[in-house]
Amino acid sequence: MSISLKNISKSYNKVSALQNITFNVEKGELFGLIGPDGAGKTTLFRILTTLLIANKGTASVAGFDVFKDYKQIRNNVGYMPGKFSLYQDLTVEENLNFFATIFGTTIEENYDLIKDIYVQIEPFKNRRAGKLSGGMKQKLALCCALIHKPKVLFLDEPTTGVDPVSRKEFWEMLKRLQKKGITILVSTPYMDEAALCDRIALIQDGEILEIDTPKEIVKHYPKAIYNVSANNMYKLIKCLKNYEFMYSVYPFGEFVHYTDKRDLFKPNDLIEFLKQNELQNIEISETQPTIEDTFMELAK
Amino acid sequence: MKRFIGFIEKEFYHIFRDKRSLFILFGMPIVQIMLFGFAITNEINNVDIAILNNSKDTKTEEIINKIASSKYFSVEDFIQNENEIEAIFKKGKVKAVLNFETDFSKKLITENNATVQIITDATDPNTANTISNYVSAILQNYSKTNNKNIKLAYQIVPKTRMVYNQELKSVFMFVPGVMTIILMLVSAMMTSISITREKELGTMEILLVSPLKPFQVIIGKVVPYIFLSIINAIVIIVLSMFVFKMPVEGSLFLLGAESILFIITSLSLGILISTVSATQQTAMMISLMALMLPVILLSGFIFPITSMPVPLQILSNIIPAKWFIIIIKGIMLKGIGLTFIWKETLILVAMTLFFIVVSIKKYKIRLE
Repeated sequence: MSISLKNISKSYNKVSALQNITFNVEKGELFGLIGPDGAGKTTLFRILTTLLIANKGTASVAGFDVFKDYKQIRNNVGYMPGKFSLYQDLTVEENLNFFATIFGTTIEENYDLIKDIYVQIEPFKNRRAGKLSGGMKQKLALCCALIHKPKVLFLDEPTTGVDPVSRKEFWEMLKRLQKKGITILVSTPYMDEAALCDRIALIQDGEILEIDTPKEIVKHYPKAIYNVSANNMYKLIKCLKNYEFMYSVYPFGEFVHYTDKRDLFKPNDLIEFLKQNELQNIEISETQPTIEDTFMELAK
Repeated sequence: MKRFIGFIEKEFYHIFRDKRSLFILFGMPIVQIMLFGFAITNEINNVDIAILNNSKDTKTEEIINKIASSKYFSVEDFIQNENEIEAIFKKGKVKAVLNFETDFSKKLITENNATVQIITDATDPNTANTISNYVSAILQNYSKTNNKNIKLAYQIVPKTRMVYNQELKSVFMFVPGVMTIILMLVSAMMTSISITREKELGTMEILLVSPLKPFQVIIGKVVPYIFLSIINAIVIIVLSMFVFKMPVEGSLFLLGAESILFIITSLSLGILISTVSATQQTAMMISLMALMLPVILLSGFIFPITSMPVPLQILSNIIPAKWFIIIIKGIMLKGIGLTFIWKETLILVAMTLFFIVVSIKKYKIRLE
């Protein structure tokens, strides 16, 4: 096991940030922590990277205890904090060089590991890090976190504030790194990224709601879910919320995801109801629940 | 060791790319030393005075001429009666009024005694004091030259000699003080800011999660500033020697060594400040409030410690700058060696060790 947590709890002056977190991450696994802002993801990362001490429970990373063996952990992990934390007044190359040196290695030594990523930012290697775009910054930060060939990589919201294309590229890189045997723990508030992980933990208010593979997690969804669309989205949502048998209503792109309280739900009943409310072009079809639906349901 | 050198290299990049702090680092010493050397001075020159001459005879004219011809005073105005004194002070230009009593010469001859009243504007007490001293001295001098032939019962003649600064140049007093302030500020403020900057920008988080040991981070932060402070010390000494003709009577080597000691004291104080402050702004405020003011007020740089109230005198002992000023004044002006200043040196060493031990104790290996 690469990462293992047992009953980890942490509070800041009586405000509880994490409660009884227990899970394991296998070696070479790409594990996602999915949850909204303030769920406790960053606190969890800081405990695992030895920056904070948990109030309760034990945890180990790469076989080392996070409290007793913090020095070994610091030698063996790569950490990319949520906030961009490189030296803005140093160039791309200088940053990378600096992190290589303090970890006692050189860029050349581990170049193969970062090559795929570094070639994308190499044209800007003489530019100061502060002047890079959001996506570039994250790629550089990833390079810096990887330069010493860590056994475990901690990425705290690496794609927040990054454009969709760069986000996609970033995840492709993570997949490639995973193939090289690096265990990756990544957090994200984006549900679409969750599907790319091997396993995910849904986390909210410091508690884990569910841990499973993305495919399994959606199977836990208890109800049939329907895509509903009509000519007026705003009015549609308002009407659905007033429908007496409504169980949940969430806008989802061009559709509204609707679930019904009754076990035997006839879509035609709903169509009738919506027509009475002067909505047109009504379409209803059953659909597969997504991770987002599952999260919303669990977080209720 | 390679890690450590890499770290120092990074620090130099930071310093040389931040034009503003670079200006503070090297501009401030030169500006300050020039300011204190040329503009701020305790000496008086061409002070405007007014005369109220109630007797208008030969003796008073002689005295007035003597005063007017000295380089210290220029007679700005003659007033006619005592009511005008208040008015002329309120105008602000005249700093002193000499009031000769009526029948000055007559009294001097018949009674061997005549009075001149010296009225000074004491809104600036130091200047007022100096003016009255200078006038008294001129008057005394005058009466002595006129009394040559008269035998007095006995007379005590004070013969003053100002050693170590014969011309009473105030720059001799300011250079050690300015040097102390600058070394203190550059070393303590700059290091505390540069350490807290890492905390503020979040880079400290990454540094903590790296194999770098706390003391490597701290020493790495400090080493560049030792170099820069030494350069500053050299600039100040060279400027004071060649522009202000300040002597260095003692050994230059000892002066250098003591300066390095004081630089290290200040740096360790800077580290201590950085361990208790979370942001650059706090670090700067603490450095300015906790270092600048005591250094200026309590170190004996401007206000003599012996004339302070006892509690402040005791308090001044914990100000490192006080001891350093004693040391450099001793070396530069008196030319004394380590045998005379070993006690002060030892105090600085002890303070440094104290700051370092406390900083290491307080340095956090985690975020909280």
